Amino acid sequence: MSLGQRVTDDHQLARLLQIGVVLEEVVESRAHHHLDSFDAGERDPAVEALLREAADESAEHRDRLAALVAALDAETVPYEEINALVEAKYAQTAPEDFDDLLYDQLCNEETAYKFYDDLIEAIEASDTEFSIDRAHVLDVLASIREEEAQGVEEVTELMEDYE
Amino acid sequence: MNTAEQYLKAIYLAQRIEDGPAATGTLADMLEVSPASVNEMIGKLEDRDLVEHEKYKGARLTDEGIERAEDALQTYCIIERFLANVLEVDDFRGEATALEAVIDDTVAERLDTIIDRLEECPDCFDAEADKCTFLEAPVDAAD
Repeated sequence: MSLGQRVTDDHQLARLLQIGVVLEEVVESRAHHHLDSFDAGERDPAVEALLREAADESAEHRDRLAALVAALDAETVPYEEINALVEAKYAQTAPEDFDDLLYDQLCNEETAYKFYDDLIEAIEASDTEFSIDRAHVLDVLASIREEEAQGVEEVTELMEDYE
Repeated sequence: MNTAEQYLKAIYLAQRIEDGPAATGTLADMLEVSPASVNEMIGKLEDRDLVEHEKYKGARLTDEGIERAEDALQTYCIIERFLANVLEVDDFRGEATALEAVIDDTVAERLDTIIDRLEECPDCFDAEADKCTFLEAPVDAAD
């Protein structure tokens, strides 16, 4: 068992980035499932816009992470595979109403923020020489983390509007 | 999972394996740290009422310690299952151990939405095999 938060080699960095890709794929897939689940009578333009934006942003984050994973000579799990897994479990985990849905979205953004924050800390705590440029990896992760922080703010504002 | 949680999980598993208090030497081996480091952390966990320590016998989790250890073990199970079943990692045990310090429990909860984990978790965890009894290793590891 290894104690302490640090990334020790290329392999571990690639694995953590792969996990980041899957997290983004889960967010994207769940957002699409939420949108598909709306009945015509209970649509809400603000919530729909939030979900579409979240799905687009996740897809864009996924591409940026996948580029880093590819540079490390590793592969990512295709979106279709994760989408199928989300689909299989969605009935058990789907939000019941808009409040629940916004809370789910808030968890997504907060979880992603926490993941990137921990990953950045773990890379900074390591003196490993990676085969890809460390500064570039940290730049990409910091910019994604910033967008997740903005996402948390946007969902929180929308939740306040619903109170 | 932070360092304290990793210790709680190790004590929990060592208690299961030894069917009694977790000896300092066992914990040092499991965590790959020195016995002095183990004793220092046991003291901190004792101060937080998570562990009771008897000299020459070892550490035993309190009820609150057990609860926290089970949460940590559940997080570990999610990481193992995710690595084995989603990323198809052959050495899912070794990699879960290496990654558990970097994966927060909220992140594990999200990963949990796409894996099949039984309600018995973490009771079904086999401490000696270091994996869930029901977890099947990937057939074609794409590692």
